[in-house]
Amino acid sequence: MLLREIAHARTGDKGNISNISLIVFDSSDFELIKEKVTPDRVKKWLGKIVKGEVLRYELPKLRALNFVLYDALDGGVTSSLQLEKHRKTLSSYLLEMPIE
Amino acid sequence: MKTIRIGSGAGYGGDRLEPALTLLEKGNLDYLCFECLAERTIALAQKEKRANPEKGYNHLLEYRINEVLPLAKETNTKIISNMGAANPMSAMRKTAEIAQNLGIKGLKIAAVYGDDVLDQLTDLKELKILETGEPLHSLGDAIISANAYLGVDGILQALKSGADIILTGRVSDPALFLAPMIYEFGWEMNDYGKLGKGTLIGHLLECAGQLSGGYFADLQQKFVPELWDLGFPFAQVDEKGDGYVSKVDGTGGKITPATCTEQLLYEIHDPANYLTPDCIADFSQVEFKTLAENKIQFQGGSGKKPTDFYKVSVGYRNGFSGEGQISYGGYDCVNRAKWAGEIVRKRLEKWGFEEIKTELIGYDSITPYEANPASIPEVRLRISAKAATLDMARKVGQEVETLYTNGPAAGGGVSQSAEEIISVVSVLLPKELAQAKVEYLNC
Repeated sequence: MLLREIAHARTGDKGNISNISLIVFDSSDFELIKEKVTPDRVKKWLGKIVKGEVLRYELPKLRALNFVLYDALDGGVTSSLQLEKHRKTLSSYLLEMPIE
Repeated sequence: MKTIRIGSGAGYGGDRLEPALTLLEKGNLDYLCFECLAERTIALAQKEKRANPEKGYNHLLEYRINEVLPLAKETNTKIISNMGAANPMSAMRKTAEIAQNLGIKGLKIAAVYGDDVLDQLTDLKELKILETGEPLHSLGDAIISANAYLGVDGILQALKSGADIILTGRVSDPALFLAPMIYEFGWEMNDYGKLGKGTLIGHLLECAGQLSGGYFADLQQKFVPELWDLGFPFAQVDEKGDGYVSKVDGTGGKITPATCTEQLLYEIHDPANYLTPDCIADFSQVEFKTLAENKIQFQGGSGKKPTDFYKVSVGYRNGFSGEGQISYGGYDCVNRAKWAGEIVRKRLEKWGFEEIKTELIGYDSITPYEANPASIPEVRLRISAKAATLDMARKVGQEVETLYTNGPAAGGGVSQSAEEIISVVSVLLPKELAQAKVEYLNC
């Protein structure tokens, strides 16, 4: 199963930091994503882009996780040379993560 | 219990206007707020103001004000916006001029400024840049703008003075929405619980269509009906700071707990500590409940005392960037594009370029993992590099163009561009060093 079958996500950016929210469609899947989508795994999955630490905040009332990805924007939106400076597209890649 | 209705008319500087006009016509609003400043916008606006002292406000101000004023007057809706950008005074004068041309009388227009702290910074060269830890003076004379994220103070003053149209420079995005709640309900500035609730509402509304299905939609489990006709949201709020968000019936889009949750966490780090100039908002206990279709109740927002500092965005000249693109297709296209990239890189290095980025659009420009090159029917090489001058930056695109006759087979569709890089860093300024000021024009 892929993460996108049970959850949705949105990326935001501030300076050189990206954040991705991860929200399950059905509250019964919240424990599953808490167990499977660890900061370590997110760091490895998006490691080509995310150079720094990954922190995770839990919002049980909204059955959501919020990942904060440090040093993820090539030095920062306003100085980076890369095509997609905000990395807003990251959420779609996170959702392709397999969940056993 | 007293309630007010606040609409969201823009989620960024270039946003669509039609949904804002629909809100004015049919939303039964008391206030319509337009959030129009991204991180770097004000630095770019400052650059324009230097070239022309009458400019430096939002590019769409004239267009928006022309359409909005007659409806706002007719429906008695107050307008609050940070479209003043680097020049709220000039934005105010332009707005008065438009009102006169439209024959609209009896409007009080306010300009809220004081966010521009560039002059103060010359005495504060030791302030630490948050992103790098270096002192501010390490940027030398490259600094072109410094704007503090002010809170509600200036907008509040303007509302108390009876302003109908309020144009600000840099204020925190939620402040545009929070100020009218404080004014209408008489909330105390140290009632942080209420300020936190109001900040929650401001944060939900500040990106306009992003709450009502924009940037949410996909074709799998998140289909959004009539996305082409996306309606912008409004909030109905009572004096306790409770209420719901909704949109005008008959518009496209949808508002659900899922769209609200995505927007709640948008650009948030620790949800329990969202720093704003007016309070530290706590969104960690927020819940959304469906009252009816597209009518979602919010609850659980709270807040704490804010810090003693304003965040200041400092804009500085950071050299130039040049870019060129060329497409390859058919057999082995990924490898020919990679080869072309290596060739341009060598040629640029010979010119003295150091910071060069090579990306293959359709293959690795946004994708964080490997794809099978054999399955890719076309790819677009993009090369970008930093340069000390605009002329040097232009060489990047020129070297991509010369691939036509000096590179691998069958490249096509070259495009190129070059521009100055205006970068932004942040410092923290003690609050006593910046103060909102307000000027008015009656027409």
